[in-house]
Amino acid sequence: MAEHIEQFEWVHEIIQRYPRQEQSLIMVLQEINKRCNYLPIPALKIVAQELAVPDSKVFSVATFYKAFSLTPRGRTVIRVCLGTACHIRGGPNIVNEFSRLLNLAPGKTSDDGQFTLETVNCVGACAMAPLVVVGDKYYGNVATSQVKDLLKGGNNGEV
Amino acid sequence: MVKFDNVHQMEAYRASVIAAQATVKTWIHVCAGTGCLANGSRAVFEALKQALAAHPETSVAFTKCNTTGCHGFCQHGPLVVIEPAGIFYQKVKPKDAAEIVETILAGTGVVKRLLYRDPNSKQQISYHRDIPFYQKQHRNALRNIGKIDPFSLDDALAVGAYRALGKVLTSTSPTAVIDEITKSGLRGCGGGGFPTGKKWRSCVSVESDVRYLICNGDEGDPGAFMDRSIMEGDPHSVLEGMIIGAYAIGARQGYIYVRAEYPLAVKHLQNAIEQARERGLLGKCILGTDFEFDIQINLGGGAFVCGESSALMRSLEGKVGEPRAKYVRSVIKGLHDQPTVLNNVETWANVPLIIDKGAEWFSAMGTPTSKGSKVFSLVGKVKNTGLVEVPMGTTLREIIFEIGGGILKNRQFKAVQTGGPSGGCLPESELDLPVDFDSLTAVGSMMGSGGMIVMDSRTCMVDVARYFTKFLVEESCGKCVPCREGLRQLLAILDGITKGTGTLDDLAKIERLSETIRLGSLCALGTTATNPVESTIRYFRDEYLSHIEQKQCPAGVCTALTTFTITEACTGCGACVKVCPTTCIQGESKKIHRISQEQCIKCGACFETCPYDAIRIN
Repeated sequence: MAEHIEQFEWVHEIIQRYPRQEQSLIMVLQEINKRCNYLPIPALKIVAQELAVPDSKVFSVATFYKAFSLTPRGRTVIRVCLGTACHIRGGPNIVNEFSRLLNLAPGKTSDDGQFTLETVNCVGACAMAPLVVVGDKYYGNVATSQVKDLLKGGNNGEV
Repeated sequence: MVKFDNVHQMEAYRASVIAAQATVKTWIHVCAGTGCLANGSRAVFEALKQALAAHPETSVAFTKCNTTGCHGFCQHGPLVVIEPAGIFYQKVKPKDAAEIVETILAGTGVVKRLLYRDPNSKQQISYHRDIPFYQKQHRNALRNIGKIDPFSLDDALAVGAYRALGKVLTSTSPTAVIDEITKSGLRGCGGGGFPTGKKWRSCVSVESDVRYLICNGDEGDPGAFMDRSIMEGDPHSVLEGMIIGAYAIGARQGYIYVRAEYPLAVKHLQNAIEQARERGLLGKCILGTDFEFDIQINLGGGAFVCGESSALMRSLEGKVGEPRAKYVRSVIKGLHDQPTVLNNVETWANVPLIIDKGAEWFSAMGTPTSKGSKVFSLVGKVKNTGLVEVPMGTTLREIIFEIGGGILKNRQFKAVQTGGPSGGCLPESELDLPVDFDSLTAVGSMMGSGGMIVMDSRTCMVDVARYFTKFLVEESCGKCVPCREGLRQLLAILDGITKGTGTLDDLAKIERLSETIRLGSLCALGTTATNPVESTIRYFRDEYLSHIEQKQCPAGVCTALTTFTITEACTGCGACVKVCPTTCIQGESKKIHRISQEQCIKCGACFETCPYDAIRIN
C-alpha cells in the first residue's frame, strides 16, 4: 500500500475531539470517511490503537456499515435511489442506464476515479421517485432519457 | 440569548414574540423540505426575497418571507403558501416571484397559473384548506410543519413549543406524566406499536441511578419519510417530547440516532439543540428547576437493521449493529446495560401535544386499540403523493382514493404495500380495512412506520417480492442462519421465477422456507422478512403462475419475460423515439414505428409515453 502512516497525522486530531473509548468508534470513522471519501487502512490502524479497540473490531465495524468504504471512491458519487417507490417507478432502469453509459457496475468506481455508481435504499424523497443524488444534489422524476444529461454536468435535470 | 430562569420568563417572552408577529400582515412560506429543495425551492426563496426588497414600502415588518419544513405535497413542489389567506401556489419558479409579490401588495387576486388543479375535477383551487389532499387530514404530529421556520426558536415558541414542558415542570409529577401518556393510549409509531406509557413505566420500575432515553430517527423503511419531515420541519417538537420523557423517567442523557442519508435533518436538529441549550431548555437547571437533561446526535452508518432497538443501542455503543435476544428487554437493560427508553421521532413529537391538550383529546381519535392519528407516506402510482396524517382507523380506500386522488393515469389499482420490508401487499378486496396497528397484521401485512406504496397494473408483484427479499438479503446482519441463508435461497428462487426458469414446485418451497425463516430468527427483520413474498403469493398467485407456466410477466417488468411491440394504433407521432435511451425505435413520421428487439433494453419508457396506447407488452 502506497499510503504511509506519517500521512495520517490528522487522524489523531479527529480522535482528540471524542472521548477515548469504543463508543466513539463510529463517529470517528464517519469523520475519516467524510474527509477521504473512504477509510484508508493506515487510518484504521491509528484509530484501533488510540481507542484501544482490536483491529478486528474496527475492521468489522468498517465493513458492517454501508456508509463506509475500504476502497477509494470517485470524485463524483452517483447514488440512485432504489427505495420501494423509486423501484416501482423505474429506479432499476435508471441504474441500468447509468451502468450502461459509464460501463460500470453498481458499487464500482471508474478507472479514472471520476465516478462511483451506487444504489441507496431510500433517501426519503419518495414523492419525487425515481430519484438520483449526484454529489449532494437531488434530482427527482428522472427519466432514462435524462441520465445522459445528468452525467454531462447535471444541469438539465429537474432542479 | 438569555436563559429562561423560570416558566414565567419563557411565557412572557412567548407573549412578546406573538405580539411582534401580530404586526406581520402577510407571511410567505416557501417549502424547503428535501423534495422541494430538489425542485429548486432555494432559488424561489431568494427570488421572493429580492422581489420584496424591490418594494421597500412593504418593509420586512409587514411581509415576512421564510423557508419552512416539508408541506407534504412534494410532487407539486416547489410550494409557496401565502398566509393568513392560505393561498397555495405550486410548481413555483424564481421568475414567478415578482408577480407573487405584486399580488400580495395589491391586496387582492392570485397568480392563477400557479394554482393547484385537481386532477379529478379539473378545477383550480386557490386555498390550501380546499385542496382534497389536505382537507381530509388531521395534522397532529405534523401540526407545525409548513407553518414555521425550522431554524427559528421564536417561530416554534409562537406556535406553543415548550408550553407542555413548562406545564410539566411546574405542576406535574413524573408519575403523573406517565399516567397521562398511558391514558392517552399512545403507541410506538415506528411500527412496533408498543404502548408508550407502559414502556416508560417499566423503565422507571427498575432500580438504577442512570437511565437513557433515545429517539430513533433511523427511518430505514424504504418508502417512508415522515420522520425526516418532522426532524427537518419541526425539530423542537421532537426535543420537547424527549425532554418531557426524560423528566418522566429520570434520564439525564438522551441520544437522537439519525440516518446519515438525512443530512438536512441532522443540521436542523443540531441547530435546535443549540438553541434549546442557550435558552436553558436543555442542560443543567432546565427552566430554573433542578432537572438536568442533554441530547446528543449520532449518525447512523446506513444499516437498515439499526432501526431495530437493540441493534441501534449497539450501534450507539460504537459496535456492529447486531440485534440481541430480548429475554431481558431494553427498558431494563438497554444502552450500556442501563434502563433505556427508545421511541421513534413521530412518537416523541406526539408527547407535547398530549400533555398540552390532554389524554382525553388524543384518545378521542382513532379505534378502540389504536388511538390518535398516524402519518403515512402515500407514494407510488397514486395521483397525489406525499405525507398525509389521518386518524387511526381511516380506511385504505379513503387514503388512496380520496386523499390520494386515485391511481396515476387512471390505471387499474393492483395493490398497496404497507409496512416496508416487514409488511405485505394488499389487494383491492382489502381496501375497506380501517388502518391501525392490529387490522393490517390480521391480513398478512402491517401498518409499520407508515409507508404506503400504491401499485398499479404496471407493477409486477413477483418483482416486488424479489425486490424486498433482495433488500433484506443485503440488510440482514447475518447473525441468525435462517435469516442470512434462508433469504438468500428465497431470492434465488424468486430470481428464477422472474427469469422464466421457475417451476410449480418453487411455490411450495417458498412456503416451507418462509416458515423456517420466520421461526428461526431473533429480531423482527427476520421474523417478518417473508411477509412480502407470502402476501403476494396469497393474493396474487395468478401472477406467479403466469411467470412459471406461461413464462410471461403481465406487468411487463421482468425483462427476461417481456417484449415491447408497436401495434397498428401507432400514428407515427414519434413521442416514443424521443424518450428511448437506446434509439432502438425506428419509423418514418406519421407511419407505424418499429422496435428493434436486439437493441431494446426493455425500460418501458416508450410504453409510458405513448399517447395512443400503441405499445403492447409481451
